[in-house]
Formats: sequence, structure tokens, C-alpha cells
Amino acid sequence: MQKLLLLGDEAIALGAIDAGLSGMYGYPGTPSTEIMEYIQSSEEAESLSIHREWSANEKTALEAALGMSYTGKRAMVAMKHVGLNVAADPFINSAVTGINGGLIVVSADDPSMHSSQNEQDSRFYGKFAYVPVFEPADQQEAYNMVSDAFELSEKYRLPVMMRITTRLAHSRAAVVRKQKEPQKPFRLPSDPRQFVLLPAIARRKYSALLTAYESLKFENRLSRYNIFRDGRNRKLGVIACGIAYNYLMENFPDGGPDFPVLKISAYPFPNDLISDLTGRCEEVLILEEGYPLLEELIRGILDCHLKVSGRMDGAIPRAGELDPSVVAKGVGLTPEAGLKVPDIVKSRPPSFCKGCGHADTFNAVIEALKPFNGTGVFSDIGCYTLGALPPYNIINSCVDMGASVTMAVGAADGGLHPSVAVIGDSTFTHSGMTGLLDAVLKNSPVTVIISDNSTTGMTGGQKSHATGRLASICEGLGVEPEHIRQIEPLRKNHEENVRILIEEFGYRGVSVVISARECIQTATRRKKAEASENNSK
Amino acid sequence: MKSDIVLSGVGGQGILSIASIIGLAAIENGLYLKQSEVHGMSQRGGDVQSHLRLSDKPVISDLIPHGKADLIISVEPMESLRYLPWLASDGWLVTNSTPYINIPDYPPVEEILDQIRKIRNHKIIDADLIAKNVGSARSGNMVILGAASPFIEIPFSSLENAVKSFFGRKGQEIVNLNIKALQAGRDQKA
Ligand SMILES: Cc1ncc(C[n+]2csc(CCOP(=O)(O)OP(=O)(O)O)c2C)c(N)n1
Repeated sequence: MQKLLLLGDEAIALGAIDAGLSGMYGYPGTPSTEIMEYIQSSEEAESLSIHREWSANEKTALEAALGMSYTGKRAMVAMKHVGLNVAADPFINSAVTGINGGLIVVSADDPSMHSSQNEQDSRFYGKFAYVPVFEPADQQEAYNMVSDAFELSEKYRLPVMMRITTRLAHSRAAVVRKQKEPQKPFRLPSDPRQFVLLPAIARRKYSALLTAYESLKFENRLSRYNIFRDGRNRKLGVIACGIAYNYLMENFPDGGPDFPVLKISAYPFPNDLISDLTGRCEEVLILEEGYPLLEELIRGILDCHLKVSGRMDGAIPRAGELDPSVVAKGVGLTPEAGLKVPDIVKSRPPSFCKGCGHADTFNAVIEALKPFNGTGVFSDIGCYTLGALPPYNIINSCVDMGASVTMAVGAADGGLHPSVAVIGDSTFTHSGMTGLLDAVLKNSPVTVIISDNSTTGMTGGQKSHATGRLASICEGLGVEPEHIRQIEPLRKNHEENVRILIEEFGYRGVSVVISARECIQTATRRKKAEASENNSK
Repeated sequence: MKSDIVLSGVGGQGILSIASIIGLAAIENGLYLKQSEVHGMSQRGGDVQSHLRLSDKPVISDLIPHGKADLIISVEPMESLRYLPWLASDGWLVTNSTPYINIPDYPPVEEILDQIRKIRNHKIIDADLIAKNVGSARSGNMVILGAASPFIEIPFSSLENAVKSFFGRKGQEIVNLNIKALQAGRDQKA
């Protein structure tokens, strides 16, 4: 069978294509982005006519996937962990409605926050929604799990979550392809009321969900992804979830450890398997990438006689991602220390690309705020967040997508003037538009600067829903046309841009300044592509 | 056989091309491999690293444990020092000597090179200059790969094949330049 070198993300994408996927949905976010990108560039997906367009945000993506499932076909939606906060409403309610065609929700966590605002653990959402969760340990398992997840989804008529973390998402290994399945036929739900969550229906469906969740615990006892590996040394037993299992086994290259190990990759936790392990050991160590979800459950509130260690007693650091060395310490080995990093090594934070339009926008904003003694601006998430670093130091907030606009509205209510938001174009259509409508309806004295580089830059330059539509969106939301200003952030326009910004900062109503210049990364790629097209003509 | 390699540099310097080429060569030799990459935030001019693990047995962890890397390959001198905790006591450090200065407090280059010279097995080369001399200024990363190649247990001819297939799409001229850069790096003595 064909063997391919794939990122964990790509293994999931290929697994979905091979499992008869009909629609892929999502919004970009590290480390999940490459799932959609793989399917978008796949010739097979093209010939199979798999739907594979980015959505405006994670909520619209999950809802569209649920709609695809409504037609009896298989759908997948992928997002980064904080994206699931945005999609939490449809996620939790889709567990109550249940599905028709198989539905997989991939949530990619980022422990250690390599590219994120927090390190929340998506497994909690699985538990919260009573949805089964698969957590692959390696790329091959990720590939295999997709078709099993679709089957489980259709068997229990529930969405299934696949939870991955940065290291698996962005690590390559060989993956062997399996048989391909055809797409599912168009078949509407047999019960036309299935998706109508009126209280009377919802109560019935919720009670069915609770029953299903109990059955899933039993199902997972037999799951081939939960593996019990016995050992002679009963002093210690280890429970390792997902990729933590690899970090453990890495430390025992010659035949594995002599103590019992339970690998968990399918949730809800199979209680029997866990008590099988805890029953035969004096002490149990729990290895989880993320929060101590299982550890908290096992410890409970009352003291249990079993000695439990993990993240909560310091055997493993409370925060941050695992690695083989951390795990080695946890099981009582002495890992190699390596050499120390010399003190002269300085940190090298990311920075604006040379010639980036965001930098010119911030230079103008900094100067335009001077006459107002302004202390900075609210901002948002994207490349432009680098305006928080020297030499700009101009950003006072970066909380969640869209929050710049609404925080500016609230701060204006509280007496701040000028109250200014700087938001990227893709972030604006993700979650900024609704906040702008709030501002318009109360004629809030805010200035929203949309730093428009015509792409979703931070995540690698995906198409932006905003491109070419920003002015008409703002006008449609009710911003007065004379207070929708367009500037081009170039050094030669600096004086003019500062003047326009000062005018709008002084205005006591809603104003929008669209500061538009194409991202230099996407511009370079576009020019290269055009040149090679011309050459081949 | 096992070869655990940390690749380091600054976002945009092309460490992932080095990783891909070693990966292709490893596959030609029937080796197992895992390669963790950096995507996202730090690609914008920040520090980037990649762990590349080759073995004749299945590779378990995606990350190399501390003190176990056989080789650090760095396209930037200060970045080579950032990953010393991973280097094995008998491991090699191969680095470019040309700094990439995009921070205000970048230390004096001589002090960095002094620190590198304290490592038992090190090889410092001016990859940018060597690349320019062979007429391929943008192939500094292939020069570094060539310089590191004696410490990777893969036949040099496999690396050459990998360079050919990696750059194949870009035409014969680009392939030849990169092969020359690879060879020029290979010829550098420690
Ligand atoms: C809810 C949520 N979804 C996705 C992300 C990932 N993310 C961070 S920045 C960004 C892109 C923002 O694009 P844009 O606003 O156009 O700014 P640019 O990076 O192009 O400057 C994305 C998708 C996130 N942090 N939170």
C-alpha cells in the first residue's frame, strides 16, 4: 500500500478523503490550518468534488458541517482550540440534536502557547458536550482514526471530536493509506424534528444523549485505541493519554517499561480499564498533554487511598507541553541534562516583515494620537498584534477575535476618548462586524481602523472574506459614508494619513478608517505565480 | 543506526528545505523518520527549530530528548547555541558564521563564535560567502547541509539525489547550483 510522509494535520485530511468525506469546513488557526489546506490542494478532493472553502469563522464552519451532515453525507470541521470557544454553541447543541451523516470536529490544542492566547484543553469540551473524543498518538493513528470516528459518529448518531496538539499536527511521519470509501448518498433525516431543539424535543434528545454517553464508556473499554500493557513491577502504574504515550515509550527503547501502562486515546474514559490498572499498582502516574482532566477525576474531592501523581502534585509541571525529558523525570528516571544555553543568547521575537503595511499604519496611528495624549489602542489577533512590541508599543489589548471593536465601545461608554480599535480584515469579518453594529446603534464615539492586507496573514495567507467588501459592509451596517475613510499605508502618504486619522479621532460618532495595502508575502507569491504563468505561455 | 538532528535558524531562512531534503534521502535508504516543524507565529522573523529523527527502527517520540541530539545544524550562529540543551556530549554542532541581525540587542558576533568554539565537536563555516563563491548566493542552506553531511549516516549520493528531486520542478539550472553548493559545503573541513 502507498506510504506517504505526512504531517499529523495532513494525515487527518487524507484520512477524511479516504473515508468518503463530502464537505470540509473551517477557519484558519495554528496548528489546525494544514488540514483544510491539504484538502484544498488535493487533486483527488477536486475530482471527488469535495466542498472545501474556508468559512467566515469557526461557528459558521461548524454549522455548515452540521448542515452537510443533515443531508446524510460525511462532514469534517477543523479549528484551533480557541476556535472551539467561538463554535461552542453549535458544538454543544449538535450533541443534543445528534447527526445524520458522520460529523467530525477537529480541535487542535496548542499547549505551551507557541502561537496562541491560552493552552485550553479541548477534551473538556468533549466531556462538557457528552461527545466522544479521539486523541491520536501518532500520524498513522490519526489517519486510521478518521474512518473509525465517522463510523462511531454514525453508530451513535453523535458528532465525534478529534483532539490533537501542536506536536502531532506539525510533525511528519510515514503514513500507510487504506482502502478508499465512496461518499455517502443524499439521504435526509428520517425524523424531520431531529434538529428542532424546542424544549419538549430537546429534553427527550438530551436524555438519549446521556444514555449514549454511558454506552460509550463501555464501547471504549474495547476500543483498539485504549491499550493496556501489563508489567511485572506493580509499584507504579502509568496512564498516558494520546501523544504522552510516545514520550513515555521513548524512555524505554529496549522492550518498554516493566510497569503496567494504560494508553488512553478514546474518551469518555473506560472506567473498568482504569480501575484494572489502579487496582494492581501502589501508585499511579498520569500523563496528559494539556490540563489534568483524568488526574482530577481520579483524585476526586475526598482523599483516595491510592497515591496519584501527575501535574497536580508537581511530578509533571503544572503548565506547558510534555516532552520525553519531562516524562522521564516523572517516572523517576534521570534524563540527560545537555549543555546550558549561554547567557549571551538573546530572545528573538517575531517581527513585521520588511515593508509590511501594518507597520506604516501603526506609525501613522502613533503620530495621530499625540495631539490627544492617547495612551494606545485596542487591538486584536493577527500579524498586526506585533504592534504591541517595540518600537511601536501602541497596542493595549489582544484578547479574542473581534474584541478590539467591542472593548473600544465599552471603554468609550466609560469615558475614554479617543477610543480606537485596530483590527485586521479577516478578524473583522470573523467577529468584528457584529460589534461595529453595536457601535452604530448607540452612535458610540469610536474609531475602528481596519488594517487591511487582503489576506489572513498570520496563518499563512489564506483568502480573506473581507477582500473588496470592507467599505460596503461598513456602510451596510450603518456607518455614515463620510466617516468611512480609505488610506494607503505608505511612507509617502504618512502626513496625509495622520491628518485623516486626527479628523476621525476628533469625531464624536462611529468612524471607520480602512488602511489598505496588500500583504507583502502574498504579493510576492502572487507575482511569482504570475511570472511563471507568463513564462509558460 | 539513529541520527537525531536539531535544525535551527530564523523564520524565512529555509531550515524546512534542509529537513525535507534529509527526509527524502532517508526514505531512499529505507529509514524511519519523524520531523517536527514550526508553523505560525515564529515564522515571522522569530527563532525557529525543527527536530528531525532518522532511524533503522521505528521512531517513537516526535521530539528529541534533552542531551540526545547527534547533530545541530544551524543557518545562524546565535540560534545554534539556543539548542545546546539537546546536544549529546559527543554530538556535532555545524553552523553558519554569518549572523542574521533583526533585534536591537544582538550580541557581538565574536562572542558568539567564542561560545561555539567551546563545544567539543564544532564546525563553523561562512555559508553565505561559500554560496556566493559558487555563484548561488541563495543556496547558503545547501552549503550548511553539505558541511553537516559527514555527520549524518546517509550516503552523500542520496543527499544529492534528494536535492535533485527537491529542486527538480525549478529546472536543471537551479538543481545544478544547489548541487554545487552542497558539494562546496561537503568540502569544508572542521
Ligand atoms: C477564534 C480564533 N480563530 C482563529 C485564530 C487564529 N488566528 C490568529 S490571527 C489570524 C488571522 C487574522 O487575519 P487578519 O485579521 O486578516 O490579520 P493579518 O494576520 O492578516 O494581519 C487567525 C486566523 C484565533 N487566534 N482565534
